[in-house]
Amino acid sequence: MDPVLLARIQFAANISFHILFPTVTIALGWVLLFFKLRFNATRDERWMEAYRFWVKIFALSFALGVVSGITMSFQFGTNWPGFMERVGNIAGPLLAYEVLTAFFLEATFLGIMLFGFRRVPGWLHTIATVLVAFGTTMSAFWILVLNSWMHTPVGFEMRDGIVHATDWWAIVFSPSMPYRLAHMLIASGLTVAFLLAGMSAWRWLRGDRGPAVAVALRTGVIMAAILAPTQLVVGDLHGLNTLEHQPAKIAAMEGNWQTRGNVPLVLFGIPDERARENRFEIAIPSGASLILKHSPSGVVPGLDQFEGLHPPVKPVFYAFRVMVGTGMAMVALALLGAGYLWRRGTLPTVLLRGFVLMTFSGWLATLAGWYVTEIGRQPWLVTGVLTTAQAAGPVPAASIGTTLAMYLTLYALLLSAYVATLYRLAAKGRISEAVPGNAPIPQTA
Amino acid sequence: MTPFLPPETLALTFAALMAVSILAYVVLDGYDLGVGLLLQATPEEAERDRMVASIGPFWDANETWLVLGVGLLLVAFPVAHGMVLTALYMPVALMLCGLILRGVAFEFRAKAGTPLDKRRWDWAFAGGSALAALTQGWMLGRYVLGFEQGLAPMLFATLAAFGVAAAYAFIGACWLIWRTEGALQVRAVAWARDVLWVVAAGIVAVSVATPLASARIFARWFEMPNLLLLAPLPAATFGLILGLRSLLRHMPLPDDKLRHVPFWGAVGLFCLSFAGLTWSFFPYIVPERLTLFQAASAPESLSIILVGAAFVLPVILGYTVLAWCIFGGKARDLRYD
Ligand code: HDD
Ligand code: HEM
Ligand code: HEM
Repeated sequence: MDPVLLARIQFAANISFHILFPTVTIALGWVLLFFKLRFNATRDERWMEAYRFWVKIFALSFALGVVSGITMSFQFGTNWPGFMERVGNIAGPLLAYEVLTAFFLEATFLGIMLFGFRRVPGWLHTIATVLVAFGTTMSAFWILVLNSWMHTPVGFEMRDGIVHATDWWAIVFSPSMPYRLAHMLIASGLTVAFLLAGMSAWRWLRGDRGPAVAVALRTGVIMAAILAPTQLVVGDLHGLNTLEHQPAKIAAMEGNWQTRGNVPLVLFGIPDERARENRFEIAIPSGASLILKHSPSGVVPGLDQFEGLHPPVKPVFYAFRVMVGTGMAMVALALLGAGYLWRRGTLPTVLLRGFVLMTFSGWLATLAGWYVTEIGRQPWLVTGVLTTAQAAGPVPAASIGTTLAMYLTLYALLLSAYVATLYRLAAKGRISEAVPGNAPIPQTA
Repeated sequence: MTPFLPPETLALTFAALMAVSILAYVVLDGYDLGVGLLLQATPEEAERDRMVASIGPFWDANETWLVLGVGLLLVAFPVAHGMVLTALYMPVALMLCGLILRGVAFEFRAKAGTPLDKRRWDWAFAGGSALAALTQGWMLGRYVLGFEQGLAPMLFATLAAFGVAAAYAFIGACWLIWRTEGALQVRAVAWARDVLWVVAAGIVAVSVATPLASARIFARWFEMPNLLLLAPLPAATFGLILGLRSLLRHMPLPDDKLRHVPFWGAVGLFCLSFAGLTWSFFPYIVPERLTLFQAASAPESLSIILVGAAFVLPVILGYTVLAWCIFGGKARDLRYD
């Protein structure tokens, strides 16, 4: 097989595995802080109990995030030596700042946060928790700065075929950065909200109805109800920004083959790259023009403008629908759930089942979103500056294939162990908490 | 940013920073991995728990020095980074698998559902540590000989693999002497004593083989006046090994006196060996192929990292010390609450 293709698959497999865990830890750190502060303020044991349960999941996710992240820091050198040779002058400082300001911070205070509860004063433990949560967010900030710059590069000049920085301010705040950062942080919040709600609903349905479970369920549902609609708005703004800077990506996302007005919003279809049209299309007339140009007759650039230089349409088109579809389901379930909580103070069984079903929906949408973004950038690695093929290294296909098989085996094993452990912890929580004093089982509709 | 130092000074500064991170990594993760290597040497589950507990709060921060070391290689010497990592493609991947297994085993063993499950994760812990230590040694061996192909370089790399694993096991045992008590501490003393000889043999083998393999390195060490100026280095190493040996014979001492001395002695050995290697290779960053001055990236970019590093590194040092104070003394069980 082609070594470049294999290297791409390997990179995609590694980053996809990695991102699962940061999406959990970024927001879960802040949620744990919230639990802790609520406990400090109210001295109500159920907050502490919720903290104790979720800190275990945090620790587990963090460990997986760290080890898969270490793998990522080698991937640039092993798979894309051309990347650092060409754009190292910009990517380098950004990665260095991530290590210096984020990784050491979170790694050092993680020990204190996890194991320091009885060894340090309460305030120091709270500060450690803040610093860990802050560290994960900083790491997301820096890596997204780099990633955004790769999508919308500014603030540099080419000398002898090598990128040199001219304006660091512009590089850090590249045009797509604020949108990507906001979108990703909210994505993390949603992932955690549905994880909280889903696991708690699962425990609730199994008869484990302690106050700590109820409080986590409530937190998850309310978080989801606030964040899901926000994500819809932020995602829309993100799309508008992309239309301005990477119109070919939008054209692929929308499955829009011709530049024209009154572009329909394709809900579903099968893009056909050879005939350059969609088959079995179900569409809302003028929908895409309305969303992207805020006018039914707005002219939207189509794929015909980028012949030969646009991304593969199918994966971008489908992944986008998976992400948005999941996002819509999130909005619906979260608003319903919050409504019931508000009116009745409890959730009906069918909604609880819905949350159980959606436990890992954040992962699905996040992965789909990244696939849209990253495949949508092809054939470029750094838009207009460096193509993916130019960055590939001299490693033979056999080595890449072997290591790829190795990583995939390991990841399959770890992912199943992770999910199994989550449910085992949840099932075990029941035994230790099923003591007298639990709240009576509330009426469910 | 306009560079405020001449390019050569910048390149040297970054080479020094990188050397410090790599040295910090091999010492710090060295004792973690060493404890992992020794994990299955005790039949007692309680002792294994205690061994893991002694490194639990530290391993993540320790491993971050690897990220910084590789990161600095990546950002300051991008061409060398590409050359080294593509030449070491397979061992790097194996090392990563080892580090992954070791890192997740911390969590999974603590949350295991059944005793069998826990035993399995203990094996993953020990196996992962061993894989990481051996591949790191192998890479050192390959690097020292400039990635030469052939039977002799492969044999040398194998030797280096076991040498580094032994060195990690040694510093791990010394860590346990410091951080544990009772039967486990006694066991750790015996481990340290047994493995010290392998470490000594490894140091001798690498020191003999390196100058033999390269005329340039030979000249570096054996020409006058270098021979005289450098004599303290091997002498100190030799003295330290003998000193450690006689101390370990009598440990543990009453009142647990000198409990931390073997560990710092081991750190001394690591520093001396590292100094020797540095002297052999300077100014090459890829032996015999690329000097650090040729490989350095643009001065503007290095300057902006240096400014950040100057502010942040002291802070990192500060909170590292804080963590060491909080988790000082004998290891206790790790609890989240
Ligand atoms: C919980 C996760 C999640 C959810 C519910 C959504 N997204 Fe998203 N989306 C992501 C997670 C994500 C992501 C993984 O975070 C991406 C990839 C890169 C990025 O910054 O965000 C992304 C990328 C992404 C892009 C491509 C941006 C680019 O060109 O780089 C667009 C246009 C949208 N999203 C739009 C939406 C819309 C309209 C949503 C409506 C519900 C939506 N997203 C929900
Ligand atoms: C964390 C979520 C991310 C996911 C799931 C993801 C996914 C992917 C995928 C699927 C590809 C392959 C696209 C293709 O080749 O068709 C890719 C490419 C790439 N991405 Fe990302 N990415 C993520 C974040 C990042 C970030 C933060 C960076 C850099 C800072 C980055 C750098 C790259 C590079 C260098 C490539 C080139 C290799 C390639 O084209 O295959 N990615 N990514
Ligand atoms: C290709 C790009 C990436 C590289 C090279 C990379 C590298 C790393 C490394 C080396 C670590 C371990 C740090 C430690 O030792 O503590 C790590 C962890 C982490 N990464 Fe990434 N990463 C990448 C993409 C991302 C993305 C896209 C995000 C989120 C938006 C992210 C967020 C995090 C977070 C929050 C952690 C902390 C550990 C955890 O919470 O799981 N990373 N990353």
